[in-house]
Amino acid sequence: MSVGDFGFFVICLTAIVLLAAQAVVHPSEFAQILVFGLADGAIYALVALGYTMVYGIIELINFAHGDVFTLGAYVAAAVMGFFAGTSEDTFSVSNLVALLVTFPAAMLLMGAVNITIERVAYRPLRNAPRLAPLITAIGMSFLLEGIMFVWSGPFTVHVPDLLPHGPGFNTTIGGVFIEFKDVFVVVAAAILVSLLAVFINRSKLGKAMRATAQDRDASQLMGININRTIAATFFIGALLAGAGGVIWGLYFNAITYNLGFRTGLVAFTSAVFGGIGNIPGAALGGMVIGLTAAFSDAYIGSKWTQVVIFGILIGVLVFRPTGLLGMRVPEK
Amino acid sequence: MPAARSLWSRLHLRERIRDRDTAVYGVLLIVALVWPMATIFATGDTFLTSQAAHAGTWVLLAVGLNVVVGFAGLLDLGYAAFFAIGAYSYALFASFQLASSPLHHAYHLPFWLMLFVGMFVAAAFGAILGFPTLRLRGDYLAIVTLGFGEIVPQLFLNLDQWTGGINAIGSIDQPSLPAWITGPWAGANDIAIVRDFNFSFDPVAYYVLIVILIIGAVILVNNLHRSRLGRAWMAIREDEVAAAAMGINTVTTKLLAFAIGASFSGFAGAYYGASFGLVSPDSFLFVVSVTVLVMVVLGGMGNIAGVIIGAIAIYFLLNSVLSSLPANLQSLSNAIGLGWLNNSNGAWPGLSELAQRLQFLLYGLILVLMMLLRPQGIFPSRIREQELKHAVATEEETVVEQAHAS
Amino acid sequence: MSEAPADRDSILELTELTKRFGGLLAVDSVSLQIKRGEVFALIGPNGAGKTTLFNSVTGMFRPTSGRVVFDGRVITGSKPHEVARLGIARTFQNIRLFDFMTAVDNVKVGRHVRMKAKVWDSLFKLPRERHEEERVTEEAMELLRFVGIARFANHYARNLPYGQQRRLEIARALATEPKLLLLDEPAAGFTPQEKVELMELVRKILTRGITVFLIEHDMKLVMGISERIVVLDHGEKIAEGPPEEVRKDRRVIEAYLGKSA
Repeated sequence: MSVGDFGFFVICLTAIVLLAAQAVVHPSEFAQILVFGLADGAIYALVALGYTMVYGIIELINFAHGDVFTLGAYVAAAVMGFFAGTSEDTFSVSNLVALLVTFPAAMLLMGAVNITIERVAYRPLRNAPRLAPLITAIGMSFLLEGIMFVWSGPFTVHVPDLLPHGPGFNTTIGGVFIEFKDVFVVVAAAILVSLLAVFINRSKLGKAMRATAQDRDASQLMGININRTIAATFFIGALLAGAGGVIWGLYFNAITYNLGFRTGLVAFTSAVFGGIGNIPGAALGGMVIGLTAAFSDAYIGSKWTQVVIFGILIGVLVFRPTGLLGMRVPEK
Repeated sequence: MPAARSLWSRLHLRERIRDRDTAVYGVLLIVALVWPMATIFATGDTFLTSQAAHAGTWVLLAVGLNVVVGFAGLLDLGYAAFFAIGAYSYALFASFQLASSPLHHAYHLPFWLMLFVGMFVAAAFGAILGFPTLRLRGDYLAIVTLGFGEIVPQLFLNLDQWTGGINAIGSIDQPSLPAWITGPWAGANDIAIVRDFNFSFDPVAYYVLIVILIIGAVILVNNLHRSRLGRAWMAIREDEVAAAAMGINTVTTKLLAFAIGASFSGFAGAYYGASFGLVSPDSFLFVVSVTVLVMVVLGGMGNIAGVIIGAIAIYFLLNSVLSSLPANLQSLSNAIGLGWLNNSNGAWPGLSELAQRLQFLLYGLILVLMMLLRPQGIFPSRIREQELKHAVATEEETVVEQAHAS
Repeated sequence: MSEAPADRDSILELTELTKRFGGLLAVDSVSLQIKRGEVFALIGPNGAGKTTLFNSVTGMFRPTSGRVVFDGRVITGSKPHEVARLGIARTFQNIRLFDFMTAVDNVKVGRHVRMKAKVWDSLFKLPRERHEEERVTEEAMELLRFVGIARFANHYARNLPYGQQRRLEIARALATEPKLLLLDEPAAGFTPQEKVELMELVRKILTRGITVFLIEHDMKLVMGISERIVVLDHGEKIAEGPPEEVRKDRRVIEAYLGKSA
């Protein structure tokens, strides 16, 4: 174990001990924060997966990914507004139908958007110097934010509360208030991540993606269509980000055009924390960062959360650049 | 006589390179000299001169970032953080801000001193951040600097006891000099020498100052570029492993680039604090770092003259073309009888508002198009272009040599 | 780096040098001694661990175990730039020039480690710095002439013809004033004529008092210029000695041609 690893584990351990102390002293408050953190973390995990998959396969920090996530939420708001009758009902069949339409619509649309971005903006620069695709990605991020800004201006967009809510759809266990949507977020994210894991490990395309991430040239020689594989990676990443956007909208009911910048950076931090390029790592990293943010909001103050998160980002890269679960990049 | 021939062509080539650089710098210098006279004469006020002085801040930033990105090939996405550090260093110690801090005492240190303090503080932060991170791979450095760039403005925002947080620091001291030339542009009747001059009297003074600062910076950076250190940076940029094998300590060499780049940013920050008179946490966001980076890339990384032109071009684009777009569109639609477009109506926010909102989108679009169409910048590094011409010359030379041999 | 009691005749001494990547033993307990002023060759089939051995000597990799003594000093685990400063220079199997720098600048980078200019000297172009620059440019041109590519001085390294790139890499390595020069397959891809020229160049380098340690595939070339040869196979040293002895060694023949031969 190197000095860096040691520092990393000492810091993690300290944080865990401090939190454990809180858990013992104020158990119900702690549990309540835990619920928030898990829900946030689930969404970060969904977004982080897209960053990690894209980085794993073409070593690009896809700055536009966070904005694809936001765009997903915008699309969801529009689709829901179209389908749902009275959004403030606690539970109705029409809301359920709206949800069943919204998820695939937003996800597929985002998939298409992301494939287009890859095709138009990234693919021509695949062999250009590092800086070119990076700036293009930032430009794409501005472009998407710009589109949403034109759409809604600087105002908050309301997302209808279509999930079952209100009396009968929440409960208090041991002083912890849990709503249906808290459970929904975590379960939905868990299902999506599991589907992704199965896909990556079992399907032919998933194997092609793993192979391409390992060694692009060799994969090409083995007859893998690199362009198609990379496009698929962007598509799947965007499906998850789109779903994440819808879930975020349903959970918080409010979105703004620039939501993706901060959320994207936090999700990216999650991916780095879990070990960039590592898919289970990104899911785990998202949960850890979500919890960290929730605890930081509660115990340190929400204005410090951003400092804490980016402090973690820097700390991880300095002490343990391979992240929690390590990278898949083999020693060369 | 191939040896003499090649020596000749070599000398000739050098002359050409030097000539082109001299020419570009000469033109820039003349424009810089003529600009205040021409604009004041044409418009009757100093607005355009102040604008140019403001653009100068960005030129200074771009020249500094060029050392990091263009010379050494390091990705820095948090350059604005050092700018903020320089600006706040000056603002805190040259305003009444600290009187309302836990210190209960305001400091008014002279600008000329703080210019260099800001520079050293920023360089120190650059070194502190760079030391543990420069061993990492290029992308990781980009991410670390990005994180740093997000943390620093947030810290200035959060530590409101000291920095005033969201209220910003205002009425910052302006530099003063024992003597200065005044004239009609500053409201005086004649050209005369004034004593105990304060920069708040005359916006042209800032322009003169920034031009001098830029000239100084360009000379120093040029010196570095053609030195042992400059070559080491380029070597690292081209191939880090080979550079190390040639005996270059890559970590300290990169650290120097990082710290020198940061010092420029701190320097520019102190100037910005004084000239703008207001320092606020939201002036140093990610978009600032990106914009400076884009200036460097657009100008053709590593090419100092190109970077200066790139900075001016982007500044003009952002602060003139895009920002006047709403007003221009509005008057255009009025002029051609489509004035009703200007009124907001239901989902239609009105033409001017729409144009306002479009700015960000257009900026993104420009970035993408720029990278797709000219990834090497508008003015690619001098030598890169040179080589194309030269390759032809060599071919001829070889033919001649072969003819002699046979 | 400590002083090591060493044979004064030997410039490089490896003792049971081992480099392991995970489960793979790339270099397996190799010991060898290179004498001052000789041409020493390292040969072996592809993947035998030759380049890994070079990398372990020059500090690119940290050896898993064993000892490297250079010129009486233990340099095991030293950083690449420290090794270069002490006097080991190298070329690379896949040419690694500074592509977007001119040939003369490439060589001047090699001179970096012997230059004295500090940041302040460069920033303000002090006379001392200027003189050093002039001198170094002269020396770099001299080296380009030495390897025979002076007329490419102001060309981008990447625009040089392949053979001249190899020569430029050698000039750049020589600029560091090495005592020991490591050449990693310097003749790869060369025509027979170019190989002859390379052999001449290596002999010229020897007259400068530089010891040459090379990896090469071309047996004819190796037999022609080296005084002693070590053969690696699967990371292990399987033979050592003068060319004519090694050529007859049964294990060497097997390693190269397979058991059937």
